[in-house]
This record gives sequence, structure tokens and C-alpha cells, in this order.
Amino acid sequence: MSDWYRDFANSGFGTTITKQLGLPRPAVLRRHEPGRPLLPGPAVIDSAGDGRLRDALTQLLQGEGIHVQSPVTADGATDGEKPAAVILDATGLRTPADLASAHDFLSPAIKRLRATGRVLILADPPSDADSPAQAAARQALDGLVRSIGKELLNGSTANLLYVPEGAEGSIASPVRFFLSGRSAYVDGQVVTLSAADVPADEDGERPLAGKVAVVTGAARGIGAAIAKVMARDGAHVVAVDIPAAGDSLAAVANEVGGTALQLDITAADAAQRLVEHLRERHGGVDIVVHNAGITRDKLLVNMDAARWNSVMAVNLQAQLDMTQALLDGDVLKPGGRVVCVSSQSGIAGNRGQTNYAASKAGVIGMVRAWAPQFAERNATINAVAPGFIVTEMTAKMPFGTREIGSRINSLQQGGLPVDVAETIAWLSQPGSSGVNGQTVRVCGQSMLGA
Amino acid sequence: MAASKKATTRRAAIVGGNRIPFARSNSAYAQASNQDMLTATLDGLVARFGLQGKQLGEVVAGAVLKHARDFNLTRESVLGSRLSATTPAYDVQQACGTGLEAAILVANKIALGQIESGIAGGVDTTSDAPLAVGDDLRRVLISLNNAKTLQQRLKALAKIRPGQLVPEIPRNAEPRTGLAMGDHAAITAKEWEIGREEQDELAVRSHHNMAAAYDRGFFDDLVTPFLGLSRDNNLRPDSSMEKLGTLKPVFGKGEDATMTAGNSTPLTDGASAVLLASDEWAAEQGLPVLAHLVDAQTAAVDYVHGGEGLLMAPVYAMPVMLARQGLSLQDFDFYEIHEAFASTVLATLKAWEDEDFCKTKLGLDAPLGSIDRSKLNVNGSSLAAGHPFAATGGRIVAQLAKTLHEAGPGKRGLISICAAGGQGVVAILES
Repeated sequence: MSDWYRDFANSGFGTTITKQLGLPRPAVLRRHEPGRPLLPGPAVIDSAGDGRLRDALTQLLQGEGIHVQSPVTADGATDGEKPAAVILDATGLRTPADLASAHDFLSPAIKRLRATGRVLILADPPSDADSPAQAAARQALDGLVRSIGKELLNGSTANLLYVPEGAEGSIASPVRFFLSGRSAYVDGQVVTLSAADVPADEDGERPLAGKVAVVTGAARGIGAAIAKVMARDGAHVVAVDIPAAGDSLAAVANEVGGTALQLDITAADAAQRLVEHLRERHGGVDIVVHNAGITRDKLLVNMDAARWNSVMAVNLQAQLDMTQALLDGDVLKPGGRVVCVSSQSGIAGNRGQTNYAASKAGVIGMVRAWAPQFAERNATINAVAPGFIVTEMTAKMPFGTREIGSRINSLQQGGLPVDVAETIAWLSQPGSSGVNGQTVRVCGQSMLGA
Repeated sequence: MAASKKATTRRAAIVGGNRIPFARSNSAYAQASNQDMLTATLDGLVARFGLQGKQLGEVVAGAVLKHARDFNLTRESVLGSRLSATTPAYDVQQACGTGLEAAILVANKIALGQIESGIAGGVDTTSDAPLAVGDDLRRVLISLNNAKTLQQRLKALAKIRPGQLVPEIPRNAEPRTGLAMGDHAAITAKEWEIGREEQDELAVRSHHNMAAAYDRGFFDDLVTPFLGLSRDNNLRPDSSMEKLGTLKPVFGKGEDATMTAGNSTPLTDGASAVLLASDEWAAEQGLPVLAHLVDAQTAAVDYVHGGEGLLMAPVYAMPVMLARQGLSLQDFDFYEIHEAFASTVLATLKAWEDEDFCKTKLGLDAPLGSIDRSKLNVNGSSLAAGHPFAATGGRIVAQLAKTLHEAGPGKRGLISICAAGGQGVVAILES
């Protein structure tokens, strides 16, 4: 689906008009394409205080073939190339006064940031701080990053990684993700890492090679995009959807070289049938993506029990039941990944969607509660919360609602199903074992619930 | 793929099946061709078992009503599917026995070690049926085509008469008797004194059994939706004796006619396919084995001069196969007797129970006996699903294989299918 306004704003005439009228100027985002480098230009790294991650970050980027500039180059003192990423290691913060050095680094560096650039800040989580002053300094970064996200232009994003003591080994996969085109529509997000066994370097182009991935609701829309990205990254996809959607499901499965499993996930025996299928056909499963979801909108005062119950059954109870059955049946392999699709509505709430928002908020609670148990298996469970994603469903919205809905975010445009899929595929990577119990919004830093 | 082994015999495994929902003639699939339906059915099977780009040993399928252009229907469907284009294919046609016969052919090649895997299927449309021109017009058109000069062409064209322009529409009638199949069945029904009520009971049970099977998800891995249909549109979950009782007989004549549109199958469009393989191939691919094809037998009767009913050939095939296997008619856990007409199923069962018939016609010492009716067509059959001629065999094989698999290992199932031309095909599956 084309974004006519974005295309207009990026045309010669459209550029003039939108600039003069002060209209939104959504950029064409930098999305992942296999074979392309992680960043289209150099990165500049600095640390606030005695950061402990700077060396690891430098090595990581150089290993990816990225030129790492010193902050001196970034402030324009020399003739260095404009940076494609600005990275601050803030793990040395002790007091709010130390934030001054963050300002000193970020201000000139971000001024020179290229279009579709990335700002990434790494720090210790406030909850682990030694003193209120240190907690204040760390928490301050949250407001800083979110504000940078709103100030950035031209499709650039800003995100924050909290790296607790001991989780240093977990940073590679998240850092790669936030710098890459895979995170094109992930903006203003805070992800807290945890200590985990991170496998040695994986195949960069096909990080999911040899993995079996179940994707529910795979017949169309975001689910079909997830299936495609999973397959592109090397996974064998077991595409699941209701029997009535079986023809489009078969088309998706055939396109990605996977298999189709027609299953009503709300049936009483659905979880057991999924377990048996995975055991019989694949000897287990590595990745489970609970994507299937429905809406039955109505104001709460007018909502009947059927609307409430069906949304809860598909969006929340089925995720709980299937996940529990996979754990009980020991079908989820060691190092398994479960990714649950929540929603912006589950964070911000939405008029007419009490049932939907409740179910999607429930998903966030579910992954947080399950995370420690998953960690014991070296597995993870996370959620993604899509914002305004352009699908067949949004195409049916009234023009005004759709245009406003798609513009009220820092990137001034709707996301694409592939943006959600990329985030899910990242969370599914073996290297992402240090991301657990998190909810990552894929919303272009939407103003709703931010 | 493992190299085929020479001169071995082994039982071919049934891995699974796929079909599109069956549609009554001129309804949901009115615009679909046989090739459209067969290709979609193959693609659904490919998706179910992850066969994209794979070269299988052979694909065997056929259609009863077939356009001249579809001379290579199955191969063309394979080329249009997601299977490897290097998968060979051929067409077969044995009227309503086509689908089961295709499965037997594939299974036999697997049993002999000539192939490791194959798909058997069938398709039929009575909506997109071929129309032929009459022989008179056809001869004129051929001579027109052969004409070299304008004079010759005009001379040929001058032979066309208005009456020749009426096309020949394919009819569900026997060429040698001119009787519709239903009329033949009505003769048999009368001969065997098959009552209206027992026919309607069989029809109601077929609808209820199939509706229940759909409701419990039995068909989730046997059917893939097509052109907006996700269930057979002939299926009437609320079918009842009262409703069927109101229908007027359509086959047979006079007061004692019993066969109605409710206890006869309608003209139907649809397609089905079954994946067969050696156990080794299935294991290599990580695919399940639902059942094995144990044995099969065909028979034909002389319904023109021999005094036997058109659809009674399976009655003759059965004792031959049972004797070869050392089994009795009662040694089965499930029976799939194709419901071309309810009366056909009932006449078949009655003939096997009839001492005199079994002695004189089948040459047996004792009748084959009766079967436990609760084991018959337990997930519904053609009266509920409809009957796209060549597609019925594949539906039954996949459905029975799954039924046996669900019941556990070592269960036996029997298939009996009657076909036009006085033919019949029977087979044994075992889980």
C-alpha cells in the first residue's frame, strides 16, 4: 500500500509546498535489505563518564565493517563523513551532573546525523542504582531519548538500552537491530537487557537458519509478513490460521517454502493438536509467534458477551493455553523463543476497544510474568506492540481517521507489516537471549500511550 | 531422495490428503475449470506437506467429464502447481472409480519399488462441462478445414443444417442403455426391495456424520478452502427424516419409486488428491504415515445383457479380495461404501447378506454376512459431500486413512466404490 502523502512530500514540488506550509515531511524509511551493510555510513561513539561498554561497542561495529569516528570528528572540527549513527555509552553515569557530558557529545553529533540515522544510548537500569542521584541520572536518559526521538527528522530514530551489570554479553544483537534497517519503525523505545548465555556469532544473513517457527494468523496481513521475514532469515515456517482462511494460508506457506496448518486456535483441543503436530513433523519447535488476533469493536456500554469473549479467547487465552501446552509437552526446544503480538491499544487504550485493549494489555503482563521461567530454559518470551500499521484492515478506515492515525507519530507515517515482522524476527534470533520479558513497540514513537 | 529399490514389494503408505470443498453443479465453482481445481488441490497438498519444488515419483489423476484440450490434464496441473516441474504425471479414467484406481496405481508402483512417492487424485466439473458438436456438423467442419479452395469451402459450408447446431451436452447416462445412472439404480433398488425410509435414514446419517466431523475439526487437514467455500455446499447439518420425507422421487417410476434428490447424490464440482509414499520416504521427509494400502480389486458386471445391476460390480470384487487376504467382511473397523445413491449402498449390503445371491452369483459357500452399521461412513460420505465423479476416490482414501490413524495402529478399513459402465473398485487400508 503506497503512502501517497509521503511520496508527494518527497517529490520536487511537494518538498517546496510542505516546507513552505510547515506540513509534516515523512521520510522514506531505511528498511533492511539482505546484503546491505548494517549502517549506510560511519558511527560515532562516546561515553559519559567511565563507560564500560565503549570498547565492546567499537569492536562490534568494526566487526561489522563500520567505520567508528571519534567525537572530535563528529562535532565538525575535522572533515569526517557525516555519521549514520550516534551512540552514547552512559554506563558511567553517577549523578545528574554527569549528564552534561552527554549533552556535550550528543548536541553537535546529532546535528550532523544523516537521514535515516540512528541514535542509541546504553546505560545501567535505574532500578540497580547505588543512590537516588544515580537513579535520577539514569532515569533522565529515558526522557532524553524520547525527546530526541521527537526532534529527529528524516526518518531517524532514537532508542535506549538499559544494560544491567552482568548483561554486557547481551548487547550485540540489540545494538545491531537498533542500528539496522530492521528497526526502521521502532522509535523512542526503552529495552532492558538481562544476563544470558549468548551463542557465538551467528550467520548474519540467515540468523534463523535451521529453526522451526510457528506463526499464527499467518494467512494475511502482519502474519503473512512475519512468515516471509522468518523464512528470509532461514526458518522453516509452520503457518497457522483458521481453516476458513486455508487457501490464503496455503499460498503463504507455498511462497515461503513452509507448511500450512489449518487450526482454530480457540478450539478446546487446539493446543494439544499444535503440540502433536510439532512433535510429529518437526520434533519440536524453536520459535512461536502468537500473532493471531481479532477485533470486535463496540463501546463498553453496548458490548455484548460474545464480542468480549471472542476477543479474549483469540487474543489472550489462546496464547496462554498454547504456550503452556508447549512448555508442558516439552516441545519448545532449549533456547526457544516466544513472541506475542500485543498492541498500542493495550498500552494507550482505545475508545471502542475495551475488549481488545484489555486482551492486548494482558499479553504484556503475561510475557513479563513468564520471563523468569523462560530464562531458566535459556529461552525468552517477549511482546511487540504495533502502532498504526498499514494493512488491508486500515485501508478500510475512513480517510480522515486513517490519515490522522498514520501521522501522529515521530516518523509521521504508518508502519508496514514488515516492520513488525523484522522486530519479531530479531527477538527470535539466538543472539537475542538477553532480551526477555520485554514489550517493544513498533509504532514510530506514536503519541498514543507514549 | 533414496534410489528406488529393485523388485521389492512393500505396502505403500498414505501420508495424507487434500481436497477442495465440493460444490453443487453451477454454484461456487461454476467458472472454475478442471485444471483450476486440480492445481489448487495439488497446491493445498504441497502447502500441507511442504512439497514446494520437490520432484515426486509420479502424479496420477483424471477427470470423467473432460475437454479435448485437457488431454494432458494432470501434467498441466503439475506444471501449474508448486511441485517441481520435473514431476511426471499421467491421466487415468475409470468413471467414478478414477480416484481410487489412481491411488491403486501409485501404490502399486511404490510397492514394486519403482517410485518412492506419488500423488493420486481426481477432479470433475459438471458446470464447466465440455460441449460437443454432433457427428454431422463435426464432419462438415472437418471437411471445411481440409478444403483448399474457396469453392470447396463454400461447398462444405453449404452442408450445414440448422438442426446440426444444437450441441451435444454430456449426460449422466449409460451409452449402451440410454438410461440415467439413477434410473439404473432405481431398477436395482426395486429388485432388492430397498425402502424409501432406510434410504432417507442413510442420507440423514451421512449429513449428520459429516457435519459433526467438520465441527470437531476432522477436516482441518483434509480440506483447503477454494473460491470462497470452506465446507461442501451440499452438506445439510440440519437434514432430517421429516425434511427428506417431503421430497418427490426423481428416479424410477410409479407408486413404489423411492429415490429422491435427497437420497441420491447431486451433480457436483470438486477435486481431491492423496499423497502416497514408501515408509522410508515419509520418514526422510518427517511426514506421518496414516495408513497403508493393503490390497485392491476391480470387477465389472454385464448390466446390458447379463441381468446384473449397473452399480453392483463392487459386490463381485469384494469376495475376491477378501479371499486373497484371508479376511471376512466382518474383520474391519471401518467401512467406506461410496454413496452414489443410498439405495446402492443398501443393495450392496443386502447382496452380501443374501445366501442365495452369494451362492449363485458370487459362487460362495456362505453369504459374506452383515456388517456393523455403526462402522459405516462414520465421517459422512457422498450423499453429504456431493460426488464430483473422479474426485470421490481421493476423498474416501484420505478420509478413511485419517479415521484409521485416529483409531490407533492395526485398524482395518474397507472401501467400495461403484462406477459407470458396470464397474467397481474395492480396497483395504490398514493403520
